[in-house]
Amino acid sequence: MSDALIRLQDVAVRFGGQDVLQDVNLQLNAGEIVTLIGPNGAGKTTLVRSVLGLIKPDRGQVWRKPKLSIGYMPQKLSIDATLPLSVLRFLRLVPGVDRARALAALEEVGAARVIDSPLQSISGGELQRVLLARALLRKPQLLVLDEPVQGVDVAGQAELYRLITKLRERYGCGVLMVSHDLHLVMSTTDQVVCLNHHVCCSGHPEQVSGDPAFIELFGQDAKSLAVYHHHHDHAHDLHGSVVTGKPHVHGPNCKHS
Amino acid sequence: MIDFLFNALVAGLALALVAGPLGSFVVWRRMAYFGDTLSHAALLGVALGLALNIAPMLAVTVGCVLIAVILVTLQRRQPLASDTLLGILAHSTLSLGLVVLSFMRDVRVDLMSYLFGDLLAVSSTDLAWIVGGSVLVLVMLALLWRPLLAMTVHEELARVEGLPVAAIRLTLMLLIAVVIAVAMKIVGVLLITSLLIIPAAAAQRHARTPEQMALGASVIGMIAVCAGLALSWYQDTPAGPSIVVSAGAIFLLSFALPRRA
Repeated sequence: MSDALIRLQDVAVRFGGQDVLQDVNLQLNAGEIVTLIGPNGAGKTTLVRSVLGLIKPDRGQVWRKPKLSIGYMPQKLSIDATLPLSVLRFLRLVPGVDRARALAALEEVGAARVIDSPLQSISGGELQRVLLARALLRKPQLLVLDEPVQGVDVAGQAELYRLITKLRERYGCGVLMVSHDLHLVMSTTDQVVCLNHHVCCSGHPEQVSGDPAFIELFGQDAKSLAVYHHHHDHAHDLHGSVVTGKPHVHGPNCKHS
Repeated sequence: MIDFLFNALVAGLALALVAGPLGSFVVWRRMAYFGDTLSHAALLGVALGLALNIAPMLAVTVGCVLIAVILVTLQRRQPLASDTLLGILAHSTLSLGLVVLSFMRDVRVDLMSYLFGDLLAVSSTDLAWIVGGSVLVLVMLALLWRPLLAMTVHEELARVEGLPVAAIRLTLMLLIAVVIAVAMKIVGVLLITSLLIIPAAAAQRHARTPEQMALGASVIGMIAVCAGLALSWYQDTPAGPSIVVSAGAIFLLSFALPRRA
């Protein structure tokens, strides 16, 4: 408990009369990777924004470790085409960064060769790496990654996740990330939080992630091999309402009827 | 004779210098219509300044800031798109300004000079205000350069990295308001935005860094001021519109030059 970086207690967020988040409890410790999964519109990004302090929850509390330095990798970056900005210059928007530090960060994420390219001209995968490099330049205790592999092909996705794991080990930072497909992140993550307006379930992914043989295989054929089994005691319809096949057993935090 | 030309030239150059970097932000942040709305509202500021006997530049600045605050509030409270709101505010404030002016029968107002500028009538007092305002804005821009750039690239990222984004955004609006107050005498409320965006747009094609674009825009703006004043001097054309025409011509010329790799 003493190592907690963030702690969310009974967080609820409403937008336009709709409950986007309800009774969310979450703790993230130093050195831990927590992955948020859930369908579109489940409130994943809203939860991330609450953690970052970009929105104030309507109820509940978000506690951040005092002086917590956060490296944030946003979902997308849309820069006006008229802004002439090189990758180096983009990284130097973080105070105290010179070319050497920027280059070191880019080398760490494997994107050193784009350092002088205009930001608008690099590929989606390169942009994700550059965004990650910028987050690293903040010397983060907590990395927050909102869909870090968007627009990256499958092989590149696995590589990016490997990179994130490597960075966690190297810097000992906590990682909170949002992902659509658990197949790829399961060898990476310590805790999975399945979100659909409320926390459906959370916990360690199957122990298979500890098996070196599996991790070896992971890059080549992730989809078919890395199937994460988790059981819901209820299903959701398109609106995210709980559909009960059998009677729903309320979890400790379930407030819905 | 040389005196008023000197005043006009210095005033125009000071404005062009500050309009380069500020206009670049207006272009990058897609605030052209926002600037236009504020400058339309400037006429209301003038009218109220005359009615309440406040210095026009101060009244215009305060008026612009007020409109900016109203705009931000409205954007949050109701569903109309920003361009609709801007259109409503621009034209209702301009019209309100005209109506208020019409009530002041004892004050003779040269409306044309407010709408299109009266550069050749810049007095020494005006000049002091214009140069002072330009220097103030230039210093603020230099101090806030990196935060402004960071906020323009990604507002939420800037916020997470600890920048007071709301305060910086408000400051940028304030700076635009000051420049509008300064520029009103030079090109008039209807043409102010052009001095902000045309030089920046012309510099954009050939710039490789934000600073090159800002500086290039300043230089282009200053050339446009000189060319416009020369045109006005030799051909007796209105000074403000002549400057804008020159800037527009430079913008077109920028396409003729090969783009830098």
